[in-house]
This record gives sequence, C-alpha cells and structure tokens, in this order.
Amino acid sequence: MRFELTPRASVSPVMRALAPVAAFVTAFLIAGFVIWLMGRSPVAAFDVYVLQPLSDPWSLQELAVKATPLALIAIGLSYCFRANLWNIGAEGQYVIGAVLGSWLALRTHGTEAGAWVLPLMLILGVVGGALYGLIPAFLKTRFGVNEILTSLMLVYVAQLILDYLVRGPWRDPKGFNFPQSVTFDPSATLHPVLEGGRVHYGALFALVAVLLTAVILGRTLFGYRLKLTGDAPRAARFAGFSAKATTMAVFAISGGLAGLAGISEVSGQIGQLQPSISPGYGFTAITVAFLGRLNPIGILIAALVVALTFIGGESAQILLKLPLDLTQAFQGILLLCVLAADALVSYRIRFVTRGGGK
Amino acid sequence: MTTFEAILLTIVTASTPLLIAALGELVTERSGVLNLGVEGMMAMGAACSFAAAVTFDSTLLGVAAGMLAGVLMAALFALVVLGFAANQVGSGLALTIFGLGLSGLVGAPFVGARRDPIAHIDIPVLSDIPVIGRLFFEQDLFVYGSMALTILIALYLTRTRSGLTLRSIGENHTSANALGLPVWRVRFWAILFGGACSGLAGAYLALVYTRFWSPGMTAGRGWIALALVVFAAWRPGWLLVGAYIFGAATVLQLHAQAAQFGVPPQVLSAVPYLATILALLLLSLRRGRAVGAPGSLGVPFVPDR
Repeated sequence: MRFELTPRASVSPVMRALAPVAAFVTAFLIAGFVIWLMGRSPVAAFDVYVLQPLSDPWSLQELAVKATPLALIAIGLSYCFRANLWNIGAEGQYVIGAVLGSWLALRTHGTEAGAWVLPLMLILGVVGGALYGLIPAFLKTRFGVNEILTSLMLVYVAQLILDYLVRGPWRDPKGFNFPQSVTFDPSATLHPVLEGGRVHYGALFALVAVLLTAVILGRTLFGYRLKLTGDAPRAARFAGFSAKATTMAVFAISGGLAGLAGISEVSGQIGQLQPSISPGYGFTAITVAFLGRLNPIGILIAALVVALTFIGGESAQILLKLPLDLTQAFQGILLLCVLAADALVSYRIRFVTRGGGK
Repeated sequence: MTTFEAILLTIVTASTPLLIAALGELVTERSGVLNLGVEGMMAMGAACSFAAAVTFDSTLLGVAAGMLAGVLMAALFALVVLGFAANQVGSGLALTIFGLGLSGLVGAPFVGARRDPIAHIDIPVLSDIPVIGRLFFEQDLFVYGSMALTILIALYLTRTRSGLTLRSIGENHTSANALGLPVWRVRFWAILFGGACSGLAGAYLALVYTRFWSPGMTAGRGWIALALVVFAAWRPGWLLVGAYIFGAATVLQLHAQAAQFGVPPQVLSAVPYLATILALLLLSLRRGRAVGAPGSLGVPFVPDR
C-alpha cells in the first residue's frame, strides 16, 4: 500500500491556520517519545519545558528576550522565502551586524561620548548585516552562484571573524586573558523597556518590524512583487519586475534585520562581545519563519513559541539533566513537521492499494 | 616517512569522507532530489558509528551503525519530500538541524573515548612506487572503497539501463512518469543511497580521521560535499578531483596553522569555506549558469493524474 497526493481544489483558511498547530503537536509527541526512549518521563519533561516557564513571571520576561532576535531574523527571512530565495546565512549576518555595531561601542569606550552612540551602533548593525547578506545576493545575481551554499559558508567565516576579534585585537586587556571584549559603557547599552526589567528595546524593534512588514506585504506593490516573484517568476518578469533587484532587496532586508538582532542582543542582553553570541538564532529563525507561515503576525507567535523551547531546554538541562542538544533536535523535527503539514494543506492524501493508479 | 609524505597521506584521509558523502548526494541529485541534510546525516553517522564501535569494540559494527543511521535519517527525509511533496530545501535544512541536535544526544556519553587506528592494506608491488605508492596503495579499505565507488557510480549512471532511468527521472519527472517510469520508487532508493553514503562518511570521520567524537565534529563538511557536487557538474570523475583539492586545502591550512606564519589561525580556518565560495564562483564564470544540473532538481513531484 502507498499513498498518493492530489491537489485540493480550494484550501480552507481554517486548515491553513491549524496546520502549524498540528505540526507543533506532532513534533511534541515525537519529542516525548524520544525522551521516553532516553528513560525519562515525558510528563515531567513537558512540565519543565512548557508549564513551568509559562507560570513564572521571570521566565515570561526571558521568553520575550529570547523571542526578540528570533522574530527580527524570521521577519527578515520571510521576505526571502516569499520570493523563493534561500538565505540560510542569517546566523552570519547576525554576527557581522553585532561586530560592526560593537566596533563603535569599543571605539567610544571610556570617552564619555553622548547619546548619539547607541543609535549609530544600531544603524551600523543593520548596515553590517545587510552588506554581509548582499554578498550571496550579489554572487547570485551577477554570476549565478547558488545562494544556499554561499550564504551558509559565510556563516562559518563570520564566526571566525568574531572569534579572531575577541581573542585578538578586541580582547579586554584587563580581562585575565578571557576571550571577551570590555563591557560596554551605559551610553552603548540598549536599556530595558521597564526599569529593572529584562526586556530591552530590541523587543520594540521586533514589534515595529512585524507591523511594518504586515503593511508592506499586504498593502504595497513591493509586497505583491515578492509574492509574484516567488509563485510565478515568469509572470513577474512579464510584469517588468527585475528578479535581480528583488533578490538584492530581500537579502539586504533580511541581512539588515539579522544584523539589528545581533547588535541588539550584544548591546541589550550580553553587554560585551564573546566568541559565541548566539545559540543558533539564525538557524532557528528559519523554523520560526515557516512555523509562522511567513506571515508577520504568525511569525511573532511562532517566535514566542519557539523561544519557549530555548528556555525550557535550559531548565531541563539543570532540572532533568537533559542535554541542550535535545532542543535543537526538537527544532529540526518541528520544521520537518511544519513543512509536511503545509503539504497536507494543499494536497489531499489518498491511500491506494498496490496496482491501483500510478 | 618524510613530512611531505605524511602530509600527502593526511590529504587522502581528509578527502575520503568528502568524496563518499558527495558521491551519495550526487546520485540523489541525479534522481532530481536535492537533499541539504548531508551535514545532519553525516553528524548522525559519526555519532552512531562511534557509539557502536566503542560499545561493541568493533569497527565493523560501528561502520554498519553509521550507515544505518544515515539511511534512517534519509528515510525520514524521503517520507517528507516524497510522501508529502514538501519543500526540499526546507526539509533538508530541517534534517541538518535535527541531525546535529540528535547526534549531540547520541555522542555525549562517548566524549573522551578513543579508538585505535584501523589497519592499512598494503598492495604488493604497487606500494613500492616512490611517493605515489605509499599515497594510494598503502591505505585503509575506505580509501580503496571510495575510489571503487566513484568508478561504479560513473559506470552505473552512464552504462546501465537503471542508471538511465534514474537520470531521466531527474531530468524531467513529468515525462518520465508519463513513460511509466517509477519516479517515487527510484527517488526513494536514491535518497536512501545518499543517506548510506553520508552515514559512511560520518563513520569514517569518527573512526578513522579523528578517532574520537566531539560535538559538531563534521564542521561543515556535509555542506562542502554539497558544493562539490555542483563544482563537479554532477559528474563522478570531477567529484574525485574536487574532493582531493578540498581535502588538500583543509590539510594544508592545518599545517600552516601549526607552522605559525604569523597569520591568525582563524584566517586559515576560513580557507575551506572561502575556497568553496571561490570554486562555485569560478565555475559559474567558466560555464555560465548551473550547467549539468538535473532538470527536475529540487522540484516536488506530484503527478497530474
């Protein structure tokens, strides 16, 4: 016996909305099974991963902190994915944004520089990420080099650049030889939204990005152009939309937002440069973008949901001695489930017995 | 043995896993399926093979476990991209994320364990040839195996009926389906073959190349293997050349780091990744756009009744 896919005549909006939920539940069941295989209680794991973070105000703040970079990057990626372009190097663009923005913070360190430092750092972060994102876009549009492989290779390069800087020229001379920069001055620090809270202004940037994107995608010609380029490239050409210009634009947007996420994280959360400034936000954001169905509001919800797995993963490591890698494995399975569920929305599955229909 | 010879020997060891993984991916891609999960399948192959080899103290069982892990990962991928006609780029990426995470779970208890080097097989007479003899005729079984596999795959693709079927399905699945060729079945096996090769490549990394396991030890080799397939224009012979060039680049940068030229080690570590980008760029300059790519590569197949 095997099954056969037939395209559905019409796609119900209810199914479209429910597909990511179904995918999430399926991924949870699989993860529960894996935890059971490892000889632990899935119920206890569910409690630590989901229920405890949601019932604790400190964790709820942490949720927003972790969701911030995820949402910013995923919103940017949704531009690429809508145009059927594969920027999988957001992690690298995040790192380069953080590096370029931090350059100013280190340059002005201890100089009593004014309030202009922070905004300029953020702008540099956006510029750094956008320029780094434009490398694969340029190679693709100018020379026809596949953007998937180049954008990914540049992630490794970006991480090595950061590693070099914090171990070499940017290392804190009074830091006991630890590979880290000096702690940023208050003028170079992104402050909490509420006094004494953990959520920094990066969360507001994410919200603004969500709203702006909702408007751009739904109400502007550019949004229509992306959709057309992704769904019907030939029609987009006939309409006079340059595929090259679209490619450059979406890579610049996604790189810029990833860079903003990077500098916001370093300046608002970590407070200095270290060899590792991301638990893989750039890759996880791909899962977030698809879980949110490439829809801005959907992505915001998905970012919060996936952020939960990061926080749950950290407490599960302490409380249940479950390794952090479980979180990453779960995020991978979740993305597989989301993509499969997407297919279920557009196709009807029929089971055929052998010999019946080819 | 001179230092020069030792360096050449390590180049062979560094190139072999790239070659094996890329050969598997080449067959998968020739059938029209793009599996970006090579890195994840390799990571699982490395972790499972090392776990099995240490547990049962058997390299053979380790290799079998590594290949099985690769096949199971590939089967999961096949279910999603063939069964559900899901997006191949996204699914492959998901497979890599999943594999890197899961391999961390499998390998964690074995951090710190070590395996003995495996036996090298001396081919009489030929191994007495200066330099080349030691290089190619005094190697482990995997090296010989990878060479044989290259030839076998080249012959299979160009000289057998089944290979022709596979290629035509990769070129145009709609026409192939209209001719009554079993698109799903061929792709299913091609994906599994790719998984087995990636698993084997991972096993080689863990059991022969490093002889220990550490998290993230594949270090982008799966992605380089993917790039090699493009670089080789989907031809097995060129894959052999490409794999050895990249193996050489990897080993030489390691030696350059040890020699301390005053260049930061991070610059040298970036060489394989930058070389990949450069190779893809040069290729595009010379041949124009993606020459040799199978026509249906990466396109989900849904028969129109």
